[in-house]
Amino acid sequence: MQELTLGTLIAVLEEIFGPTLFWAMVVVAGLITVAYLYVLVRDRAVSWRKFLLAQLSMPIGAVAAVLFVQQVTHSGFGDIGGPIDLMVLLGIAVAGAIGMAILVYTVQSLVRRRKPAGTGLG
Amino acid sequence: MVNRRQFLSLAGIGGVGAVAAANTVTAQPAPVSTDARIVIIGAGAAGTALANVLHRRLDGAQITLIDPRPDHLYQPGLTLVAAGLRPADYVVSRTTDWLPPGVTLIDDAVTAVDPETKTVETSGGESLAYDFLVTAPGLVLDHDAIEGFSLDMVGRDGIGALYAGPDYAARTWQAASAFAETGGTGVFTRPATEMKCAGAPLKHTFLIDDVARRAGNASNTNIIYAANNDALFGVPIVSEKVRMLFQDRGIEPVYNHVLKAVDAGRKTATFVTPDGDRDIGYDYLHVIPPQRAPDFIRQSGLSWADRWTDQGWVEVDPQTLRHRRYPDVFALGDVAGVPKGKTAASVKWQVPVVEDHLVAAIAGGEGSKLYNGYTSCPLITRIGQAMLVEFDYDNNLVPSFPGVIAPLEELWISWLMKEIALKPTYNAMLRGRA
Repeated sequence: MQELTLGTLIAVLEEIFGPTLFWAMVVVAGLITVAYLYVLVRDRAVSWRKFLLAQLSMPIGAVAAVLFVQQVTHSGFGDIGGPIDLMVLLGIAVAGAIGMAILVYTVQSLVRRRKPAGTGLG
Repeated sequence: MVNRRQFLSLAGIGGVGAVAAANTVTAQPAPVSTDARIVIIGAGAAGTALANVLHRRLDGAQITLIDPRPDHLYQPGLTLVAAGLRPADYVVSRTTDWLPPGVTLIDDAVTAVDPETKTVETSGGESLAYDFLVTAPGLVLDHDAIEGFSLDMVGRDGIGALYAGPDYAARTWQAASAFAETGGTGVFTRPATEMKCAGAPLKHTFLIDDVARRAGNASNTNIIYAANNDALFGVPIVSEKVRMLFQDRGIEPVYNHVLKAVDAGRKTATFVTPDGDRDIGYDYLHVIPPQRAPDFIRQSGLSWADRWTDQGWVEVDPQTLRHRRYPDVFALGDVAGVPKGKTAASVKWQVPVVEDHLVAAIAGGEGSKLYNGYTSCPLITRIGQAMLVEFDYDNNLVPSFPGVIAPLEELWISWLMKEIALKPTYNAMLRGRA
């Protein structure tokens, strides 16, 4: 790499996905983030129950992200060749886990409105 | 319930994605006003990338590109096509899709260049006068130099030739995969001339060996790599690493073997060696022919007179890529007469240097950027792993990520770069953005 600036990175990502899809994904990720912050602020607290389900979904997101990357790159676990590869693998898994957790938490909060106190939900 | 700290960390996770998008505009110098006529021969990686950056740096310049081929080829992808990992159209796009408005594209071949009168003649009968000329026509694959070989043989009877273009790369995969399924002797060659991406012959060898291995044919497959000299790669430390990998995979290197002739009927390849001609029987043969500058370059007087006399590369200063006798002429990419660097990665480093010196010359000054011979080769060693080899004119390894991505280690991350990040980076370069 000659120099890796944010501008270069965005140019590369635009080329990977195409400008339309890339910016659409940025918008979707942004909307999910905003919705996530919205429900946090709206509910003034993190719902333990929703958070539990979100946490439980994290391994699924992690595994799905790793398998997706391996699928599109014709590779597998046997191709891990050094420490950096392990870090990349873990990074992909963590990204998938966090993304899934945020998504699950947000969707639950938006779909299942807070019930009145005493119902046991919320 | 979670406590405040957990709440804040959860909020923080959500905020990570929002950090992007700031500071994307980098400082650009003001465009230089000029009415200079700039002719760029060739709309490949180098010509297209340069046209885009010059279009941005110059205001009022007449920029003309000349290239007879309407398709743009992403040549680093040919290795993947020839290993069945990508379809042929993965490497093909339209040249016009990459060019900025205001740049003229002439779809003729160049027939002559006269650096004394500063004119370029085209096959369409046009005569173009220039103030600055950039030669970036690529190179010519001299298939006729291999006796008994012609391109219509590719894909049949165990013959491959992935350099010849996307369709030939796809046909190469047909022949190579048939070989991998049945086993036998695979012979992989490289020419004795300078060549595009000297890593590609090795990549093809490693990949087809891997495919045969995965097909369960490791025991009845014999892979021979025929080096043109006494090394497996131009950079000694890399050559030594490849020798060890070959030993590990059971690939047999033979040295000082230059392919001379093919007898497709007898399935025999003839090599010139220091001990005279030697015949080697094959079930799969990968042919890479000698490579030379186009005829119009060699006839124009722009070539080196005392180096590469059988190949005719343009006589440029290796650090500025400016012609040593005609300062208004530059060379980029494959045609440049420099010791290394017939790769897209080299082009990425060369374009800013030519841009700097050309724009400075137009503005009446001298450029300051220098090209150190950098080139990069994600040297695939099997499906799923590669070594990210980067080096300069002096055979130094110049890793981009020292301490993180080891250059001589077979890594998944280096493979990921080749598989998914390289083409987008290349495309961004074509647009003059990387």
